[in-house]
Order: sequence, then C-alpha cells, then structure tokens
Amino acid sequence: MSTASERPLPELTNEEIARYSRHLILPEVGIEGQRKLKQARVLLIGTGGLGAPLAMYLAAAGVGTLGILDFDIVDASNLQRQVIHGTRDIGRPKVASAKDRITSINPKITVETFDTQLTSANAMEIIKEYDVVADGTDNFPTRYLVNDACVLLGKPNIYGSVFRFEGQASVFYAQEGACYRCLYPEPPPPGLVPSCAEGGVLGVLPGIVGCIQANETLKMILGGGEPLINRLLLFDAWKMRFRELKLRKEPTCPICGTDATIKHLIDYQDFCGLSKPVVPAYQIDEVTPIELKQRIDHNEQIQIIDIREPHEFAIVKIPNSRQVPFGQLVRRKDEFDQKSDMVIVCKIGVRSVQAIEMLKDAGYQGKIYNLQDGIMGWANTVDSSMATY
Amino acid sequence: MSNTILIPTALRQFTDGQGELTVDATTVGQALDQLVSQFPTLQQHLFNDDKAVRSFVNLYVNDENIRHKSGLDTPLASGDTVMIVPSIAGGL
Repeated sequence: MSTASERPLPELTNEEIARYSRHLILPEVGIEGQRKLKQARVLLIGTGGLGAPLAMYLAAAGVGTLGILDFDIVDASNLQRQVIHGTRDIGRPKVASAKDRITSINPKITVETFDTQLTSANAMEIIKEYDVVADGTDNFPTRYLVNDACVLLGKPNIYGSVFRFEGQASVFYAQEGACYRCLYPEPPPPGLVPSCAEGGVLGVLPGIVGCIQANETLKMILGGGEPLINRLLLFDAWKMRFRELKLRKEPTCPICGTDATIKHLIDYQDFCGLSKPVVPAYQIDEVTPIELKQRIDHNEQIQIIDIREPHEFAIVKIPNSRQVPFGQLVRRKDEFDQKSDMVIVCKIGVRSVQAIEMLKDAGYQGKIYNLQDGIMGWANTVDSSMATY
Repeated sequence: MSNTILIPTALRQFTDGQGELTVDATTVGQALDQLVSQFPTLQQHLFNDDKAVRSFVNLYVNDENIRHKSGLDTPLASGDTVMIVPSIAGGL
C-alpha cells in the first residue's frame, strides 16, 4: 500500500516556486507544505458538480497526482454546475474532458484517469494507491462503498453532498473519528429520497461545497489547521447560513466500531435495496403516452392529474391536465371523481407510482393509471415539439 | 415554552414548503408528535413501522445528536432547536 510517508518528499523547481509563491509565503504551508502537496496523491470519485471545483482547485494548488474516476459522459444538463466541462465537451467522457481542463490549469501535475464505475471489485485496488479520497458521487451505494473502502484501507474520506439549496460536508477518517456509517448506519429505501436529477440543485451550491472539500483535502495533506473530523457542516445556500453539528464515533459501528463485523467490501446495490425486485404493494396499471393521447382524442372521460411541483408544471404540461402537487395529493383526494378513470403524470413515471400507492393507501377507490415514462415519455412519443428538461 | 423544528429541503414538500415550524414541547418525541399530527405524511419519512426514528434520519437538539442523549426522550428547554438531518447523496 502506498502512503505519502513512504515516498520521498520531492524538491520544488524554481518554476514551481514562482507558481506557488502565494502558498510559500504562508507560514502554515511554506516550502515544506508545498513539497507535501507535490508528493500527495488524491483520488476524486466523480468529476461532476463537486468533483469540478475539487479537481480545479487541487490542480491549481499543486497536488502532485490527481486520480479522477467517472464513467459518465458530458451532457448539456451538466454544464449548469460542472464548470470543469465546457459546451464543446458534450458527448466526451467526463474524465477526458476533466483531464484537459486540469492540464490547462496546471501542466506540472500528473493526472490518472479511471473511465469506469467504482465497484466492490475494483475499489480497494484503486483507492489503496492514494493518500486522500474525496467523494463527489451522486448515489447511496457508492457513498457506502467509498466509506467502507476508506475505513478498511485507513484513508481519510473527504465528504460532500448537495441537494437543491442544501449541502453537507465532513471529513470521515475512522482512525481519528466518525465514519459515514457512524452518522448514517443505513441508506434510505430506494425512491424515498429524491436525487438531484429529480429534485434539482442550485448550480453554485456544489461549487461551494466542493471548494470546502478541496480546503479540507489540502489540510489533510498539510497536516495542519482544524479538519472537519467529527463535525458535520450544513450549508443552506438560500438562507446563506452555515451550521455545525457534532459527530461521534459509534462504538457499535459495523465497519469502524470496536466489534466491527464488516471486514471486506459487500454488495452495495443489495445493501441499498437496489438489487432485489421491489414487491409492489398494489398492482399498478400503466398507460403509454400514445394510448393516453388516443383516449383524449376519443373524448373519453379521464382526469389527468399532474403531480409535479408548480414550477415544473410551468415548464411543460399535457393539455387539459390538472396540477395537484405530490405533497398535497392525499389531502385533496376528495376533489377527484372516483367514478372516472384517473391518469397520474410526473416527470419520468417514477414519483407517480409512489403517488398511486399513497392514494390507494389513503383509501381512494377509483381506477388509477400511471403514465408510463411520465411527461418526458409524452414529449418523446406524442409531442416532439415539447421541450424536455 | 417554544421550540423551533428545522425541516430539511427534502421534506419540505410534506410541510407545505415550510422550513421552520414552532412547537411547544418538553421532549423531542413530543415535538415530533406535534409535527406529524400537523403533517401526517411525514410519519413514514421519520419513523419506521416500530415507531423508531429511521436510520437514515438524524435528529439534533442544537448541535447534539439525540442518539448520544436520551433519544426521543431528550428534554427540550425553551428556545432549543430541533433539527432533522436526513442523508442526501447528490454530488454530480
């Protein structure tokens, strides 16, 4: 296993001394600190909203080797926040685009790319070669995988997470404090917590949280300051408010506690409830957008209920649909006509299934259909003039 | 006695968009009971079928996790803030 202390501390060239002069005149960094940065190997998991500022600032700061791991390709909808990628990079692998940008910021550093998904099969091999890991992923299985691999290998995990206007950041370093599992022993069941793709995110938010992660990464390498160990930083961009909560190492934690039961990586899809088929509580009847269009054209009596939020409804809507937001659906169920068929519409046809289950749980007796693939399915198959989002 | 409950963004769709609610309670459990009676759909997001706090939700009184105090019996003094901190995974 490679650790920074086993590698010689490299000298700085005169060119590097000129480039990093604003660091060198900080007594907390100085020549020795800059040599530690040059020696350091940092792995960034994800080159998206959090990974973008992480990669760019760590490159600028002179971190000697940056590993970047991502299996995704650049999409137009990424550019609102993933500032490491540009318009002309659309369609390229994210690691290729990110490497170009890093190299243009600082050609002196080494970039190691992994155009792959982090899995239980490759995580230990990849992570063991680095000193610090920064987690900028977007899903629960990878969060737990990164945490567990870092605990097993004794690496600090610089954590950041965002949703809408809210961010969280911490340093999970089991050798000195709490790990991710000490805070969140288990993930939420699939579907209960919306992703950024469903819930949205203010573009600048991952920029701020990613910069906090970059700051903590530099401190871990320099070995100075007060790292975010055993502290959870919460940031609300809308209120512009930071809060700090205390974390504690849990003696009962299954991976870093005194009687840890997890000694090897596990199946994280399974752990997060994603590999077993979900047994539906009800039979969900579906209607395709084309079938719905035909029923509308035949003037059938149908209530089309769009459960998206008002601001989503304002982007695109199906003609004659009525908007009742998800959160109000059950409370307003008596407004619906149980004698006529109802079609529930959401963006992609997932939230609508939950909505149907909630209505049935609440005792709604009428016939309900789920619009397959949601309004995006309608845009793709019925009305190609409709914008997609 | 008056306490503030802070609702995270992910749960505001169940509180008519409100991020801050005021309750009168002497324990965290009481405060949440009042919250859930006002917004019943929150129940499934905060508690499991055994009425225990779900493991991906952390409850803080000021800056301390109630797991390290007396759980739902953790007493509330006037002015204490109860914060709901669920896990979020977004990053890309």
